[in-house]
Amino acid sequence: MKSEKFRGFILISVLLTIFSLLCVNAFALDVKRTVLPNGLTVLQSENQNLPIVMVTLLVKAGQLYEPSEKAGLANITSKLLAEGTKTRTSQAISEEIDFMGASLDSSAASDFITITLSVLKKDVDKGFELFSDILLNPGFPKTEVERIKELIKGIMRQREEDPAFVAGRTFRKEVFGEHPYGMVLEGAAETIDLIKREDIVKFYSDFFSPDNSILSVSGDLSREELELLINKYIGGWKKSGMPEIKLSKTYESKTRKVIKIERDLTQANIVLGNLGISRDHPDFYAVSVMNYILGGGGFSSRLMQSVRGEKGLAYDVHSFFAAQKDAGYFQIGVQTKNESANVAINDIITQINRMRNEEVSDEELSEAKAYLTGSFPRRLDTNRKIADFLASVEFYKLGMDYVEKYPEFINEVTKEDVQRVAMKYLDAEKFVLVVVADQNKAMIKY
Amino acid sequence: MGFIRAILVFISLVYPIASEAASVSEHVLKNGLRVVIVEDHKAPIATFQVWYRVGSIDEPLGKSGLSHLLEHMMFKGTAKYGPSELSRIVQSNGGMNNAYTTKDYTVYFEIFSSDRITLSLDLESDRMQNLTLDPEEVRSEKKVVMEERRLRYEDDPQNSLFEEVVAVAFKVHPYQRPVIGWMSDIKYIERNDLYDYYKTFYSPDNALIVIVGDVKPDEIMLKVKDYFEDIPSGPKIKRIRSTEPEQRGEKRVLLRKEAELPYIIVVYNTPGFPHEDSYALDVLNLILSGGKSSRLYRSLVYEKQIALNISANYSSFNRDPYLFLFSATATPGNDITELEKTLYEEIEHIKKEKPSEFEIQKAKNQIESSFIMGQDSIFLQAMKYGVFEMLGDWRLMDKYLEGIRKVTPGDVVNVANKYLHEDNRTVGILIPTKQVKSEK
Repeated sequence: MKSEKFRGFILISVLLTIFSLLCVNAFALDVKRTVLPNGLTVLQSENQNLPIVMVTLLVKAGQLYEPSEKAGLANITSKLLAEGTKTRTSQAISEEIDFMGASLDSSAASDFITITLSVLKKDVDKGFELFSDILLNPGFPKTEVERIKELIKGIMRQREEDPAFVAGRTFRKEVFGEHPYGMVLEGAAETIDLIKREDIVKFYSDFFSPDNSILSVSGDLSREELELLINKYIGGWKKSGMPEIKLSKTYESKTRKVIKIERDLTQANIVLGNLGISRDHPDFYAVSVMNYILGGGGFSSRLMQSVRGEKGLAYDVHSFFAAQKDAGYFQIGVQTKNESANVAINDIITQINRMRNEEVSDEELSEAKAYLTGSFPRRLDTNRKIADFLASVEFYKLGMDYVEKYPEFINEVTKEDVQRVAMKYLDAEKFVLVVVADQNKAMIKY
Repeated sequence: MGFIRAILVFISLVYPIASEAASVSEHVLKNGLRVVIVEDHKAPIATFQVWYRVGSIDEPLGKSGLSHLLEHMMFKGTAKYGPSELSRIVQSNGGMNNAYTTKDYTVYFEIFSSDRITLSLDLESDRMQNLTLDPEEVRSEKKVVMEERRLRYEDDPQNSLFEEVVAVAFKVHPYQRPVIGWMSDIKYIERNDLYDYYKTFYSPDNALIVIVGDVKPDEIMLKVKDYFEDIPSGPKIKRIRSTEPEQRGEKRVLLRKEAELPYIIVVYNTPGFPHEDSYALDVLNLILSGGKSSRLYRSLVYEKQIALNISANYSSFNRDPYLFLFSATATPGNDITELEKTLYEEIEHIKKEKPSEFEIQKAKNQIESSFIMGQDSIFLQAMKYGVFEMLGDWRLMDKYLEGIRKVTPGDVVNVANKYLHEDNRTVGILIPTKQVKSEK
């Protein structure tokens, strides 16, 4: 009786899955893309269901373009945009933004800087005025530069208390070496000390140019309304010549590297992985499916099933491929009590080998595909998500039909592809392993 | 599963303010199960949530962490769906699911494309009544929760201090105990503790279903009846009742632990919503710490640069009175006593001098705006309805809104004087024991 019911359920879920593959297409976004005479790319999705407007401005100016001795430059530049313009002090900006209950933030990532504005429709004009002011007229006041440098250094000190951060930072350094991706976004205390106001002004004027930027807007704003706002507030943004950028090379590690860091902790924080792929690599989608099965698929992943579900070794274990513009990395992370560290590492290596040496099952493959395609609409279920999504689709040149194409890319992946990319991008021998732990208890044997 | 402390932050972000415009339907099934459905078609998505009125407040002495461990066990299978099958079914339909436990309630949720949302009915009605609680699985999951405790508390100096402060601030009330439970309590919880607790509290008459998103209320309501109405009501629940006596003098607690920077937490006992003072306390909270233009950020972080960060947190949506909480990390090289002194100076300032109408309006605008922005997410909307239902009725959000709108500068001064005074506070200080070396 029970088993019959059960089979019925499986059947239903299979049917539903097939249906989902068909109906993802129905979820196309209505997006308008224009390139202004000054070179600024504008993407807009109009949704009138809530009186809010979400804006994302992306400037191709991230960590990737910093000189290594001045690591943290992109981050500091982003943090200083809202700390004073030619006509407004830092305090005046925050006062005006807070009074509207709006938010105006800027931050740096590996490949770009973003400025985001979230504002009620009724305040959109004021919001755009402030947004354009910090974008076009930042003053980088000397006192603010010094203050922000100290603040960032302080925040970095505090983050040293987080063993997962220490492990991740060390791991990236080993994987990327001298490549800019090898540093955390904030840089290091010594590199921050070397950054002068002139460096920030130069970084800003080198990269903050309309033809190097993407503006993305989602929410209750018509095309005409957006056009008026752009003309009024960022119409005068002029192109500037872009500097030649020479990127450092990444290198493939030839040996295993094990780094042990001593801390007074109850758990060993373990990070294991290697160099991965860049976002434009043709293997990206096969890697997405493979990683879902290995350790990206939450409670359904092999790592979670084994390390947490069967052995009770950890609260969380997961893997991911960070695929950036110029390169990427693959990382597995887990925390387990010091005494279980070796068992957990052994289990992880076993799962890597299994992934490399055996084909995945039909069921695993179809479930991974069903999740990756079926969850796509949830990636676009708020205006904030839509604005950010459109900007990154444009940045990574995924194409205006990406929403429709994505299910095809995923569904084309075969079992052979999965094993091939596992062989190629998972390394059970020459990995980088970082363990932050009470080393006397962990007794790492790798 | 379980973002325990994050929920605190979450609720202060949600700050619900009005129920206007939303299309809400509600029902009570014969077995006492309440159902609230909010129709919202802006994205082809829906969330299904089951809220049980049980949290760490209900745990008997020596069994702290029981509610949270049971939450974990709810993913370990029934006769129909074995361990971890539930998550597999949800994910292979493109959905996501999780759960969290708080002091007062426990919530299970799924988010699906709207054509898939009825899967929740089968999964949630099944685990409301048929949980296996296999002893082997219990043993294994206790280990997982102990790892979670190590991750979140033992190895996190600032969270450890939070736990210390709350444990000292309450001497009688069960809010004293952390939701995740003390390590030894987790260790000694037995399978039958979980079973009895499950049978007592996980009954339809002690639960609430909230559905928000792209659904047709009439259609889904019929299905809810099909799946849930035959589940029998539970036994009469006898709640532990306790009242924290008035505090008559400052309490202090020190924590020495490996860390980089000193950290301070200061808490004051305060009443919660719908107490008449709760509205002014909410506004006070935002005047002190709502954004970079707030008083505490401006003074401690921006001008004096003695704190890396400062936050005030007043979460008024609790079953019993809880805390008004301040926390700050000292900047490198700065003394924590200086930071503490400056924090009190700011508090004294607002007790003596009325805030401006501008400041009051700014706080009210922030509440209103975050309410509207919160509606962009069906998940946050469902949270909002659930939180108010736990306090009695989702319509209380209108009462809350009214209360906020009426707050005057004088009210803010009054509540600051009434609650933020020395005899009513507990202070915790994290003293870093040894310098952690940062390796290159």
